[in-house]
Amino acid sequence: MGTQKLNELAKTIRSKNAGVNKITFDIIFRDRERYERVKRSGALSRETIANLYRIPADRISDFVEYDPGYAIKFTIYRLQPSGSAGDGDIFGAQQYAPLLDLEVAD
Amino acid sequence: MQTLKIICPNGHLGFAPLRPESFRLGVEAGPDYIAADSGSDDVGPVPLGSDTSTSPQSWQRQDLEHMLLASRRLGVPMIIGSAGDTGANSRVDLYVRIITELAKVHGLGKFRLGYFYSEVDKEYLRRKMRGGDPILGLEGYADLTEPELDATDRIVAMAGVHPFIELLRRGADVIIGGRSSDAAIFAAAAVHHGFPDDYAYYLGKVLECASFCAEPYGGKETVLGEISHHDVKVTAMHPPQRCTVASVAGHAMYERSNPYEEFFAGGKLDMTNCVYEQFSERTTRVTGSRFVPAERMRVKLEGSGKVGERYVGVCGIRDPYTIANVDRVIEWARAQARERFGSSGYELHYNVYGRDGVMGDLEPLRDKPGHELCILVQGVAPTREMAEELTMIGLRQMFYARLPDVKGTAGSVAFPLDEVLHASPAYRWTLNHTVAVEDGLELFPLHMIDVGT
Repeated sequence: MGTQKLNELAKTIRSKNAGVNKITFDIIFRDRERYERVKRSGALSRETIANLYRIPADRISDFVEYDPGYAIKFTIYRLQPSGSAGDGDIFGAQQYAPLLDLEVAD
Repeated sequence: MQTLKIICPNGHLGFAPLRPESFRLGVEAGPDYIAADSGSDDVGPVPLGSDTSTSPQSWQRQDLEHMLLASRRLGVPMIIGSAGDTGANSRVDLYVRIITELAKVHGLGKFRLGYFYSEVDKEYLRRKMRGGDPILGLEGYADLTEPELDATDRIVAMAGVHPFIELLRRGADVIIGGRSSDAAIFAAAAVHHGFPDDYAYYLGKVLECASFCAEPYGGKETVLGEISHHDVKVTAMHPPQRCTVASVAGHAMYERSNPYEEFFAGGKLDMTNCVYEQFSERTTRVTGSRFVPAERMRVKLEGSGKVGERYVGVCGIRDPYTIANVDRVIEWARAQARERFGSSGYELHYNVYGRDGVMGDLEPLRDKPGHELCILVQGVAPTREMAEELTMIGLRQMFYARLPDVKGTAGSVAFPLDEVLHASPAYRWTLNHTVAVEDGLELFPLHMIDVGT
């Protein structure tokens, strides 16, 4: 199959506030096979996320592989709480875009 | 009672209208309760701080009307939590007034309307702090200090099941709640009828956002949850939607950093050992959830404090050289603001759309801006006059930025409007904390009135 983009493998890729000081990201797969493949590939980890978003690893508060939902999720601390003046995304709903093109090795 | 059925038509009542067709189907399914939460901290700190709603009153009224008429027709209770987006006292009063007016307009028979407030007095918290009972910070917030408390305009406490249960016990037919944990609204009804906490809280968790636990994706459709002493079943009411193992399990992680647990006043719901089964075409059955009581009850607090008055302005840039040097353009304008107002006592913000306006520091592509940029300028200052002038300097001085090699010497930016616009004041979340309480009713004064004739 070769390398694929996360966008081609995941059913849902989304971001949303988790409380006022964090944004949580969900990458959800249609079936166990795709979920396990992405898990196995190592494409998503605290390190790869920190690199992708160019943030220190300690801004990632949680990284969870959620088997019951065939989902990988992680959560990032905001620098300012949501809705502070200058915040461009009060709901945190448009922070997932860089994940779409993430390369997943076979 | 062997089972209890609750329908939820809307995950954030008022924010967008419920969809009447699936609500009608939900009502026809014969629920024992009709319930919805009406609040969220997603809307940012402005509504709580300024004591307003972000939802239009006509949408709030419309959903309350659907729910009230169905509730009175079926003779089953209706429960609303987090009235008017924030759950502030004025929002509870607003919803109580709307319910009272609707009862009159529709000539409804007599019913008992219970409601509770959830605003917290700053001096109450100050006494707790001085008495050696710290107000603990959540999610990266430091424990509360008195200066932060002083900077706060309004605080609400997040109710658990307790005030809802007490109002049901006293015979309420309709309940309007102040700020509430959304899941607690549904859990309260189940606990009131003797169902185990383990499943009552899960029932609330799965119903809180209405059709967000169903697929395909589509909000504001009604879902029906049914609790027994051994399980919870959840069914999508909108014909094209189904509650599947994936959609229901998936919902547990929505808006939460940890998909296995959720905290309430009085304990936490542990979903680690949940088992999800497709019960029928549109229904998923869940078992294995557990409620773990807290040793000492702590209640979550949300607080918002005013930062200042705010104006906004907008401009665009098309010259590639200017785009490449947009930070210098902004710095020029900032320098003019500093010359006028000094370097503190105000805030000047620039969102550069086409570069990193949406994602800010998280944007990986900020070195690859588009061929045109839109810049949103926000000035925040103690007075309206200063905010206006500050924003005007921050915007108009971009026009005069001095870039050494620019060809276009007649203006560095394009104005769609040569003015700055008054915006809502800027607030910030000052409290995201918990306070210890003696019991779950301590912060939530209850009221009961008779409505209808």
